[in-house]
Amino acid sequence: MTSNALTPGIVAGRLPADQLSDNFSDLHPPLDDHEALVAADRCYFCHDAPCATACPTDIDIPLFIRQIATGTPEAAAKTILSQNILGGMCARVCPTETLCEQVCVRETAEGKPVTIGNLQRYATDTLMAAGVHPFKRAAETGKKIAVVGAGPAGLSCAHRLAMKGHDVIVYDARPKAGGLNEYGIASYKSVGGFAAKEVDWLLQIGGITVENGQSLGNGLSLDKLKADHDAVFLAIGLPGVNALNVEGEGKDGVLDAVDFISDLRQASDVASVEIGRDVVVIGGGMTAVDAAVQAKLLGALNVSLVYRRGRDRMNASVFEQDLAASKGVRIITNASPKEVIGNGAVREIEFEYTDDDLSPTGQTFRLAADQVFKAIGQTLGGSELPDLERGKIAVTGAGRTSIEGVWAGGDCAAGGEDLTVTAVAEGRDAAEDIHATLMA
Amino acid sequence: MANLASDFIGIKSPNPFWLASAPPTDKEYNVRRAFEAGWGGVVWKTLGSEGPPVVNVNGPRYGAIWGADRRLLGLNNIELITDRSLEVNLREIKSVKRDYPDRALIISLMVPCDEDSWSDILKRIEDTGADGVELNFGCPHGMAERGMGAAVGQVPEYIEMVTRWVKKHSRMPCIVKLTPNITDVRKPAEAALRGGADAVSLINTINSITSVDLDDFAPEPTIDGKGTHGGYCGPAVKPIALNMVAEIARNPETANLPMSGIGGVTTWRDAAEFMALGAGNVQVCTAAMTYGFKVVQEMISGLSDYMDRKGFTSTSELVGRAVPNVTDWQYLNLNYVTKAKIDEDACIKCGRCYAACEDTSHQAIDMSEDRVFSVKDEECVACNLCVNVCPIEGCITMERVAPGQLDQRTGKVVPEEYGNWLEHPNNPGNTCAAE
Repeated sequence: MTSNALTPGIVAGRLPADQLSDNFSDLHPPLDDHEALVAADRCYFCHDAPCATACPTDIDIPLFIRQIATGTPEAAAKTILSQNILGGMCARVCPTETLCEQVCVRETAEGKPVTIGNLQRYATDTLMAAGVHPFKRAAETGKKIAVVGAGPAGLSCAHRLAMKGHDVIVYDARPKAGGLNEYGIASYKSVGGFAAKEVDWLLQIGGITVENGQSLGNGLSLDKLKADHDAVFLAIGLPGVNALNVEGEGKDGVLDAVDFISDLRQASDVASVEIGRDVVVIGGGMTAVDAAVQAKLLGALNVSLVYRRGRDRMNASVFEQDLAASKGVRIITNASPKEVIGNGAVREIEFEYTDDDLSPTGQTFRLAADQVFKAIGQTLGGSELPDLERGKIAVTGAGRTSIEGVWAGGDCAAGGEDLTVTAVAEGRDAAEDIHATLMA
Repeated sequence: MANLASDFIGIKSPNPFWLASAPPTDKEYNVRRAFEAGWGGVVWKTLGSEGPPVVNVNGPRYGAIWGADRRLLGLNNIELITDRSLEVNLREIKSVKRDYPDRALIISLMVPCDEDSWSDILKRIEDTGADGVELNFGCPHGMAERGMGAAVGQVPEYIEMVTRWVKKHSRMPCIVKLTPNITDVRKPAEAALRGGADAVSLINTINSITSVDLDDFAPEPTIDGKGTHGGYCGPAVKPIALNMVAEIARNPETANLPMSGIGGVTTWRDAAEFMALGAGNVQVCTAAMTYGFKVVQEMISGLSDYMDRKGFTSTSELVGRAVPNVTDWQYLNLNYVTKAKIDEDACIKCGRCYAACEDTSHQAIDMSEDRVFSVKDEECVACNLCVNVCPIEGCITMERVAPGQLDQRTGKVVPEEYGNWLEHPNNPGNTCAAE
């Protein structure tokens, strides 16, 4: 197949294999020992450190960095993983520039924070490469808990419960565990099958059974789960995708960004993934950026990311926006889609400029498009759920829902940012609460 | 640019920066490169008696400690005196001095503790054209076990005796190099003076073990599973050296004894500090061994700029300038009261001052919910620890509470007059107060 950037339509192999391989290599290459020591030396070991306060999982960052600096990265990893069992993935995907690294006093002093994310990866990679799982199960309690959803919240909850001696069955709709870690993150953030390796490593704790291909309404019912288990933790994510609600949305070539990202992650060879020549991504969050950047990396000629509000309102961090711009993605703000145009398949998409209140201005423009990715948010959906609050499962305290014996966490639960690290924290805290409740 | 020309006990050099007797000065090749780089003088690596030269170990001879980013802070060595033949060294010294007549070239010596050995070596070096000799009474390892080096330097009577021999058998200026591995550095300095020394140089290296291999359980550097103490030098030893230089400078017996300052000199500022405490010049080794000979260029420009800023036209105006201000604790003014002050704009909110004060000192720093750090004047004893642990230079300063103002910690007005421990009512020896 001899495609290139100019080939019209949606085709695979726009770039030579070696360039594709470069494009989809690690976004932040791992630190080697020397780099890690140099980076760790910059940490001031702050009192009541702002970085640790900013971390949703409360990792003792100064301590783990000091452990790296003193040549004990395995101890550093244990410090990390005792708070955040998915510390390896979080080191790769956390928006550290808006969390720990944003408040690093070195950022205040010099505009260059200690590279906490890279250091966390160094520590956790070192431990995992050694094949060590540093936690042991407590004596078995005989309690059985169902976790629905094997994403970050579910896995975090399952691990903590297993550690406490409970038996955990994790149900997941997809063929592989990992949730968004496996299916929903740009490939260059988690290379080498890391998500799956991390799940395998996590399961070494023992006491956790994963059952794939089952979800609420598809083989599972909440009532039955409740009846068969001592507690239930819902971590079902947001499986639905918001629609554009514009004319022509059903035309060929108009796709959900999450599906594109997932297909790319699961592709055995990125060269086999098809991409349009003129790609338009609609949305302003991390999913939109992940889709736009990867479209460009696959060799699309023109990639536009169109967001209905201003740049400052985008959910994607400034780092992500800059990453997109550096890869050649054109970011258009204050524009809403009006109509998808084309005969069967999309050919163009019309936008209207909006002001900051999203009021239409009457000025329109069209972008050529043979592929459109929708990334304007995801929805919960489903029936038989506990009470909702603004479209998500309402929770109080550590994830308690309106139904006794049922907890929820992660993206499906109200409150907190939709971040991997937040999901891990919520899963862990719910596990502690479940444990306290069951053992009371 | 200030004139850095130096005259040390009659030995002239274009600047006060000499390379100390050590590996960098072991042979003609290095010394020529050093002079080309700008060093004012060189103390040639210690020569021994005629005959088969000493041998060195064939495993590692240096150990080190490091600061952040592996910056070398301290170096120790178990190297001995020159392991090249006396004839070769003498020929090279003569050749170098002939080509660099404006640079100082001193020969370091260490021979067995008998008069014949010393008179013999002094005769052998006479026609090299060297400007002086330095007696190595400091080497702490290897040679000391053979009754030389520190074995002499630790016994004032031996220092005096050997110095007297040297002055008797040579007309060359004589510098006695002192070991810090003693309890009171004034005693060997006084002995050197009694023996007729023209100057002392200090400090030689400090007995040390830099680290222990925790797998092989042996000190480093490790030779076939064993290690021995070595001589410690580099930036880490500077404070020890400065104190010893000051001790000699303010001792009435030795106040006029010229000193060559040695110990961790790395920058122009280090050199200026040694000189302010009474050293007529400085000798450098570790900085050159770490960064190469070129470091002298920063020392030259830095000291020169400093002297220009101060209006000094000669290094002699700097030498000894801080000596009158070195005193005993008992004479410090107890009525001088300061309080720490944190510059909120400069503060990066790391909280190290808080941790240090709260955990280990006087609980005198307050931390607000939003990480604003401020000093509680009613608790602050002005210890300076917060200043020392703050990563931002100038962020925390010590501000004087002016006489006449209230010290909120003691609840007393700060007196106008000087008052020291000798006059303090709590001093049991203060009979005036008791009467």
